[in-house]
Amino acid sequence: MEIVNFTPMSSIFGGALIGLSASMMLFFHGRIAGISGIVGGGLVLPKGDMSWRVIFVAGLVIGGFLVAMVAPNLIGDAVTPAGATVLAGVLVGFGTRMGNGCTSGHGICGLSRLSSRSLFAVLSFMAVGFGTASILHGVMGGF
Amino acid sequence: MGSLIYLLSGIIFSVGLGLAGMLQPSKVIGFLNPLGEAGWDPSLAFVMAGAIGVHLVLYKLTLRREKPVCADEFGIPAQTDVNKRLLFGSAIFGAGWGIAGYCPGPGLASLSSGAEGAITFVAAMILGMGMFHFALQAWNRSQI
Repeated sequence: MEIVNFTPMSSIFGGALIGLSASMMLFFHGRIAGISGIVGGGLVLPKGDMSWRVIFVAGLVIGGFLVAMVAPNLIGDAVTPAGATVLAGVLVGFGTRMGNGCTSGHGICGLSRLSSRSLFAVLSFMAVGFGTASILHGVMGGF
Repeated sequence: MGSLIYLLSGIIFSVGLGLAGMLQPSKVIGFLNPLGEAGWDPSLAFVMAGAIGVHLVLYKLTLRREKPVCADEFGIPAQTDVNKRLLFGSAIFGAGWGIAGYCPGPGLASLSSGAEGAITFVAAMILGMGMFHFALQAWNRSQI
């Protein structure tokens, strides 16, 4: 196996910023920075529990805008045709709500507080993620 | 100040995702597909290491406080059981992640670049979240 496109320094630094963001949410507001929970929990328009979700997601979008301005090569478009992207989105939305978390909530916040529940969630989505990508993009040669 | 923290947290999260390489679905797929002809890109393991390295320490330090700065208590998930819902839900998420290389944060963070893929993904993700919400309601009704 050949190692390609490896960016350890910027990836570890980017990761550290994500960890810092999660820590700020906890330190100031006592909240877990789980993106699927923040978005999914807001879809029922909970009274009095809505504005912080909107502000945080606005921050996400603004941050992405800054990245697109300063370093547009850091944002890439989908590598899948629209139909496959729709299927992926539905599975991600459904699965993260069913499993109560995604890469941020279980992967970063959950593992950081040594939650065994999150560890099993991560093992599950990593195993299926590796398997699905390896079959679709590896064995079958992609789209 | 509270709202500003949410805004800043969101911005820092996205910029982190960008530097980490997670706003490039091709890079995520390059990680999840180690046996591909193109080779393997292990960078995303370093994203997890960086994020957990920082949050593990700051989490411990933060919980020494009685309460958060702007709230009355810490909202740490209390659930500890590993059940079918957790495992199957996470597996379904993993399948979607492996198909397109987007998870929820990167999808949202990529919206403002105008990338069609990200817009399509986020719309479908919200649809999927809604579908689970209604499925759960129907399930709960059938149990009464």
